[in-house]
Amino acid sequence: MIITNLEMIPGKKLVKHLGLVQGSSVRAKHVGRDIMASLKNIFGGELKGYTELLQESREEAMSRMQEQASAVGANAVLNIRFSTSSIAQGAAELFAYGTAVVVE
Amino acid sequence: MADLIVLIILLSLGYGFGRLAENKHYKSIKKREHQLRELYVMATKYPPATNPAPATTLVSGSVVISVDYFKRFVASLRNLIGGRVKSYESLLDRARREALLRMKEQANELGADMIFNVKIETSSIHKGRKNAVGSVEVLAYGTALVPSSTASTASSTTGA
Repeated sequence: MIITNLEMIPGKKLVKHLGLVQGSSVRAKHVGRDIMASLKNIFGGELKGYTELLQESREEAMSRMQEQASAVGANAVLNIRFSTSSIAQGAAELFAYGTAVVVE
Repeated sequence: MADLIVLIILLSLGYGFGRLAENKHYKSIKKREHQLRELYVMATKYPPATNPAPATTLVSGSVVISVDYFKRFVASLRNLIGGRVKSYESLLDRARREALLRMKEQANELGADMIFNVKIETSSIHKGRKNAVGSVEVLAYGTALVPSSTASTASSTTGA
């Protein structure tokens, strides 16, 4: 499946438009990471644990979106956007959405 | 009194280690930016029409960076009088450049020569006491164009 955030795919013809597909995942940080993070809050610097955690959950959101896209029979998802929101203390929602299409 | 001593220790730790970490990070950012300067990053939506058409891949880079204790303290003082909060400016600048660099590194591994429609998104992930910004996450993503010239040059050399 072709995933892109362009509005078309170079060299390919758009055959069918299947509408919006989306995927989301809500993750909470675990306590061990939170302790490390509060230490880092004193010294500053990158929070590698959080970077990985968010990367993983973003990938999960993407794969859920892909599942939805293949369920409607698409072979590409165009114009993908990501959004992140922290809904509660210690939990973040990662959201991915795009347009499912069929290309040649 | 004990509180004051703890505060001073935390502030000096934050100042020392924070400065050290920031200088080191800026150094590595500048070095890697220089290495990857050949890779074009554009915010436009439409890539140039080339024949053969390039392969497209979504690439992304993200980073979560925390501000140190000293800078957060300075920022909270700044909140009283208003104005530019320089300590957060450098935090966001570092985070954005790092996220862009990670995206570029990913594209570079794929052999891409351009990245189109780059979007940058910022969100504050970890909020400390009184909703003070503890750390920010920056995500940069775009579409890497991998030229399919390897196949075409092979065929043209055999043709010639």
